[in-house]
Amino acid sequence: MSDSHPIIPGSGITGASDAYNIEGRETPETRPLIPLGQRYYAEEKPRMGFFTDTTVCIGCKACEVACKEWNNVPDVIGELTGQSYDNTSSLGANTWRHVAFIEQRKPIKMQQEAGLMTPGSEEDGEFRWLMSSDVCKHCTEAPCLDVCPTGSLFRTEFGTVVVQEDICNGCGYCVPACPFGVLDRRQEDGRVWKCTLCYDRQKDGLEPACAQACPTDSIQFGPLDELREKANGRLEMLHEAGVDDARLYGANEEEYGMGAFFLLLDDPEVYGLPPDPEVVTRKFKSLWGAAAVAAGALVAGVAAAFAGGAR
Amino acid sequence: MSDGRREPQPQISMTQQGGSLDGRGEVRPVPEEQVRSYYGRPVLKEPVWTWEIPWYFFTGGLAGASAPLALAADLAGNERLARSARFGALGGAMVSPVLLISDLGRPGRFFNMLRVIKPTSPMSLGTWVLSAFSGAAGLAATTDVLGIFPHARRFFEGVATLLGLPLATYTAVLVADTSVPVWHEARGELPLVFASGAAASAGACAAIFTPIEDAAPARRLAIGGAVAEIGATELMKHRLGKFLAEPYEKEAAGRYEKLATALSGAGAAVMTLAGRKSRAATVAGGAMILAGAAFERWSVFKAGFQSARDPKYTVFSQRERLHSRHRAEDEG
Repeated sequence: MSDSHPIIPGSGITGASDAYNIEGRETPETRPLIPLGQRYYAEEKPRMGFFTDTTVCIGCKACEVACKEWNNVPDVIGELTGQSYDNTSSLGANTWRHVAFIEQRKPIKMQQEAGLMTPGSEEDGEFRWLMSSDVCKHCTEAPCLDVCPTGSLFRTEFGTVVVQEDICNGCGYCVPACPFGVLDRRQEDGRVWKCTLCYDRQKDGLEPACAQACPTDSIQFGPLDELREKANGRLEMLHEAGVDDARLYGANEEEYGMGAFFLLLDDPEVYGLPPDPEVVTRKFKSLWGAAAVAAGALVAGVAAAFAGGAR
Repeated sequence: MSDGRREPQPQISMTQQGGSLDGRGEVRPVPEEQVRSYYGRPVLKEPVWTWEIPWYFFTGGLAGASAPLALAADLAGNERLARSARFGALGGAMVSPVLLISDLGRPGRFFNMLRVIKPTSPMSLGTWVLSAFSGAAGLAATTDVLGIFPHARRFFEGVATLLGLPLATYTAVLVADTSVPVWHEARGELPLVFASGAAASAGACAAIFTPIEDAAPARRLAIGGAVAEIGATELMKHRLGKFLAEPYEKEAAGRYEKLATALSGAGAAVMTLAGRKSRAATVAGGAMILAGAAFERWSVFKAGFQSARDPKYTVFSQRERLHSRHRAEDEG
């Protein structure tokens, strides 16, 4: 296995990236081996991820654009939805970053107290605009990865979850397996596509395109444990400032571990996120146990059918 | 590590909004407007699977349950019934891969399924089971037609039976192993629905193609399977509860389910009353039972789409789960 690639830019890593989507190339970099029975790579590499702090998102969609540019994601132009500034609607095969816009009749306490707002009337002041850049969560236990029958989805040395496009045969199993509705099949292409957390850039020690393009650092990239620490600090700061709405989503490994987690200002479902996601594939016993019972019942049924005579 | 989600402050909970839980945690009919969402958009993606998949659930079940029927008939010395069942198994095994491959986004890459054996993926295991089953069922039918290797034939039948049992049930595990609420939460009963439907189809198919004097066990299997299928479906809906059973009762899924129940019930009645005397009645009853089993799979298939499409099924059931977990934490 090759040397570990430092994440700091300019660390002297040369050569073009061969992370994915290049047919016919197979190098130790693209296919590092995970020893059997082990979830992660043996080498000590920090798990990398995103912390999306929606409190500072300004809805500029630079992340959406940078992602499309870098990853060559088809620029499917949708229609105007009339749902605030959101015209991409949801994550999908052709949208790997999606900025949600939520308009609410709710006062922005801090600004009002500080006299930063000059509402014309009581009613006009009752408005806040939530924006949040959604992305693949790169789950600690990813259902999409578990159910993929070809091994196309795999866990990288950075702890992220990536689709190998030269393997995917478009069976579509990962699509309903994902609790966040992230994966989708590209109609004209037949394969499934999603955020790679810029695997190719990470290999060259660069941060993902969306994080680099984000002008307010709403999207932060780095080793996950550092990000979590940062996020907890930020949450504390907000609570002290009186922003009681603030809560972290996906930062707690004991609930549902996400490699990309969020600081939100309302319930997750308001942003289109599931309030209590579940690693469905962890229910191995109850899933197959029920099938074993059913198979037993089938045997009993056939036997019973002959109990009344062979003819 | 603390998580802001546990902060109790201004989160608007279902109970605060007007109460969807009563004191004992029982779910009341859901006030839809109280389930919050992002412009009513789904949280999950609807599956991309097309018409091939429910038909495969049907043909795979038919093939899988035909194998034990063939083996039992062979062991019992009912050669004509054994032959019909062998061909049922072979027929289902021949159609199934065609359906599965044509549903792939890249059918040409079907063989990528065979580059790994992945225990965590029901689809991976199922592909291997179906591939091996096809071989065994094919050999059993071939040795029968050519009239050669009677001992080997029984061996192939045994192998086909061992593989047929998972073949008839794994598809239920496959759909239950997703985030789709009406599939995942039905994981305890879906295999029973599929297995009884498989038994009904295998029995009906064999009864149709066997002279009535030799078809009694197949008729019994068809009737028993059809009745069990109706019962298992009701049990599944009961266990899901009023809220999550709803997708099985509305729109396309609801229509298919009513058809399935009617056809399975009527087919079982016809076969019970007249199957012994009339081949025509057996064929008619058998066709109804087969159609009932197919419609039942279509109902399950469609219900999954319907529940994925509407965020309330995802959001509300997860909210309920959160509430009961937090209540348990507060009490304990």
